[in-house]
Amino acid sequence: MSHVEHLDQIIADYGPHLHDAPYDGWHADRVIDNVVPTHCPYCAVQCGMNLLVSDNHVVGFEPRYDFPVNEGRLCPKGVTAYLQVHHPDRLLYPLIKRHGKFVRASWDEALDLVVAKFKELQTTHGPDSIGVYSGSSLTTEKTYLMGKFARAGLGTRYVDYNGRLCMVSAAAGNNKAFGIDRAANPWSDIPLAEVLLIAGSNCAETFPVLNKFLWQQRDNGGRWIIIDPRETPTARQGDLHLQLKPGTDVAVANGMLHVLIRDHLIDQAFIDARTNDWEATRELAMRYPPDIAAQISGVPAEKIVQAAQMYGRAQTGMIMHARGIEHHTNGVSNVLSYINLVLATGKIGGPGRGYGTITGQGNGQGGREHGQKADQLPGQRSMMNPEHRKYVCEVWGLPENELPQAGVSVVEMFAKMRAGEIRGLLSICNNVMVSLPDINEIRRSLEGLDFYVCIDFFMSEGARYADVVLPGSAWSEDEGVTCNSEGRVVKINKANDPPGEARQDWWIVQEIARRMGRGKYFNFSSPREMFEELRVASRGGNADYYGMTWEKIEANNGIFWPCPSEDHPGTPRLFEDRFYHPDGKAKFHPIEYAGPKEVPDEEFPLILTSGRVVYQYLSGNQTRRIGFLVEQCPEPYVEVHPDLARQLNLADGERVRVVSRRGEGVFPVLVVRTIRPDTIFIPYHWGEQLAVNQLTNPALDPVSKIPEYKACAARIEKIHARQLPILGKQRKGASASEVKRG
Amino acid sequence: MEETMFIDPQRCIGCRACVAACRECATHKGYSMIFVDYIDRAETTATMPTVCMHCKEPTCALVCPADAIKVSEEGVVMSALKPRCLDCRNCVNACPFGVPKYNTQMHLQMKCDMCYDRSAEGLKPMCASVCPTGAISFGKYEQIVPLRRTKPVNVHVFGNQKVETKVYLMLPTDADEVKVDGCGVFEGMLTRADTGTSESWIDTQVEQSDKSNEF
Repeated sequence: MSHVEHLDQIIADYGPHLHDAPYDGWHADRVIDNVVPTHCPYCAVQCGMNLLVSDNHVVGFEPRYDFPVNEGRLCPKGVTAYLQVHHPDRLLYPLIKRHGKFVRASWDEALDLVVAKFKELQTTHGPDSIGVYSGSSLTTEKTYLMGKFARAGLGTRYVDYNGRLCMVSAAAGNNKAFGIDRAANPWSDIPLAEVLLIAGSNCAETFPVLNKFLWQQRDNGGRWIIIDPRETPTARQGDLHLQLKPGTDVAVANGMLHVLIRDHLIDQAFIDARTNDWEATRELAMRYPPDIAAQISGVPAEKIVQAAQMYGRAQTGMIMHARGIEHHTNGVSNVLSYINLVLATGKIGGPGRGYGTITGQGNGQGGREHGQKADQLPGQRSMMNPEHRKYVCEVWGLPENELPQAGVSVVEMFAKMRAGEIRGLLSICNNVMVSLPDINEIRRSLEGLDFYVCIDFFMSEGARYADVVLPGSAWSEDEGVTCNSEGRVVKINKANDPPGEARQDWWIVQEIARRMGRGKYFNFSSPREMFEELRVASRGGNADYYGMTWEKIEANNGIFWPCPSEDHPGTPRLFEDRFYHPDGKAKFHPIEYAGPKEVPDEEFPLILTSGRVVYQYLSGNQTRRIGFLVEQCPEPYVEVHPDLARQLNLADGERVRVVSRRGEGVFPVLVVRTIRPDTIFIPYHWGEQLAVNQLTNPALDPVSKIPEYKACAARIEKIHARQLPILGKQRKGASASEVKRG
Repeated sequence: MEETMFIDPQRCIGCRACVAACRECATHKGYSMIFVDYIDRAETTATMPTVCMHCKEPTCALVCPADAIKVSEEGVVMSALKPRCLDCRNCVNACPFGVPKYNTQMHLQMKCDMCYDRSAEGLKPMCASVCPTGAISFGKYEQIVPLRRTKPVNVHVFGNQKVETKVYLMLPTDADEVKVDGCGVFEGMLTRADTGTSESWIDTQVEQSDKSNEF
């Protein structure tokens, strides 16, 4: 039973504690033994950086000026990333929970327990009673291993990854429209575009180094159209800001398409030659004149016209989008409606003419290519395609009848846990108690499990619920490749050994498989061997890595897939002469506006949207332990427009209760004119009582199964002075439940 | 022309990568000597980095009774020399840009020295190396200015004091100088919207965390 009983003790032992200096303090006269060129562990820009190593410890970084993507640039998370490596909170040995307390165990003891429990559950309840939940901050080799481990090691159909909370709407939209899932252009195309349209992306805070390319475009005389409910630092710098109601992107995009058609700004020759299904889309767009689009979205009609004309009249242009449009029950529709604009104007497949989704996690792209996704096999192959199944089984040497069928998305997996269908869970590279929607339900799911084993290098809020915690490796302790947001595969290098008894993640996973009696499928002695098998497994698929080697990747500062043969230079720009549907054409999709699942009403009159701040990365399991970052943003807050603040009589800094149908939380008010008066915003990086995900709606997009983080109905309640929670300095960076109530 | 810094507040996204990276320059020993402030968070997300402007006639050096603040051949105004610094904090109080800080633990004034140990070896200062957007850039005037659409300005007028600096501000105006009145408000360039509120708590939080005169 996966309960947390002694939370105070767990926090005292495993943090989050703040740490803010190299392991042995700051020194001016260090002797550096080794300078290791690698990449940042965080977002999918995958900035190059050099780690400074002294005595098997990472003691600092030095800008990597020669890596062409970032040329030395880093964001504050990247600058301080190395501080996590020797953080005092690191897990140093396996832990088994006994009587509610984590107790040190030997590897044999812990692994044998895991295997015994898995075997017991699978014998009693069938092979599918174990779920595997992985992540995309792992190297591609490890993501490949996790998919293979679930299917060939455990024989369960239930495997999914945390990109489900991130990239799947974009992936599904791209596959539908283009027949492939990858950003269409390298970022070096951005400075060549006259106009950039950026929808639902606060890339200034979430993808800081991308701004290098955006400003190069600006310096060339380019302009930006930003579509976002908040005036983010990105929107502030833009030329035209469409401040729409969360979740109304389809209306805006259809309205823009209407104007493009009306003003003859479409490229009919391109449409005829290279696309299908235009007519139905054209007819639909005719029903969305700017005033209708304005009514739905709250964006003034003239701004929609202006945006369409700015984009339509430009010779070159690029559209980019991120979670703001994708985290919706109509996430795939939002994506497709913007792709319609790209196809209608023919702005794709050339220098400065393109489209791209802005990936989230470091390996958000690579992590969704090689088979840890519920319905996917390596090389972006499909679990449902008999040919694909046959090919991968041949590579693995696995009898075809032993390969399970496709599973379900992670949110559905957690529903199956509550239903008792999935009774054991192995998780790696995620923090479910921060990042999944409606975490009160997630807590019930974990508490209902018979057995939960978590591999991590810090004790995450989710790991606290585990029966066994296995200490894995930080990014600098292993090697492998990742694929950044533009489709560039880069190489992560090892700088130091894992501390204490911690082991590299792939060793741990293989060891479980071996002890389950499936060792013959898991004979890898290094990540390089995994990469060599992955090359073959991906061969002939969309995401074809066959022509890549580690050496080739490093020599070229990254290779863009597809790269089908060793003499192939890779493919930085897609769609120059064909799309990836069998007929080589792209597809339009007529998209009717549907809106978010939950809309404001009398009881819950506000739209609550969630997002990120520049100082924290995803669930904060790494960044909430670093003093500098926590100092800049110690806790979440709720952004409220001055009009709404006046109406509700709220003062700046006052703590209020924010309530939705699923839960509530207490947050300080930040009164800002940069948000819509009908919308409130809370950043999501914290767990327990500080989590906005106590409130968010777990409703899913029907195609991508992404939850609707970006729009739900909520209300704000004033708190009577005597009800104020006890707050203090000790709360900085810690979850609310981590503070002893006085 | 020798290399110098170019500060473009328009581009600043407030990420404070510069603040974190400043600590990493070996001689800074974990102390940061750069500030990033919200202009007025209640109204806008705009932020602004402040580094030492490296004045041609540095006020900090002029008011130093011990002659502890030296200017390098390249015009870089250095931190106080430890054997000479008297702990008087004249420089901290006198600098019109509010740059020098006093390190109580080390009994020493410390300020941005343009990462002298790095730039002397041909490396860019840490802040300009990591800045994602080019809000802080380091290079030669003739290499950087032609690429930009903003105007380099290095003359600042504070009431009766006129200061010429080695570091340039990149501004979207035609002005030849930046004028600041007695209250520290840019003359004729900024009008605060009448909201009737004081500054946002988040501005104050940041000021408390990195704008104090002492470490």
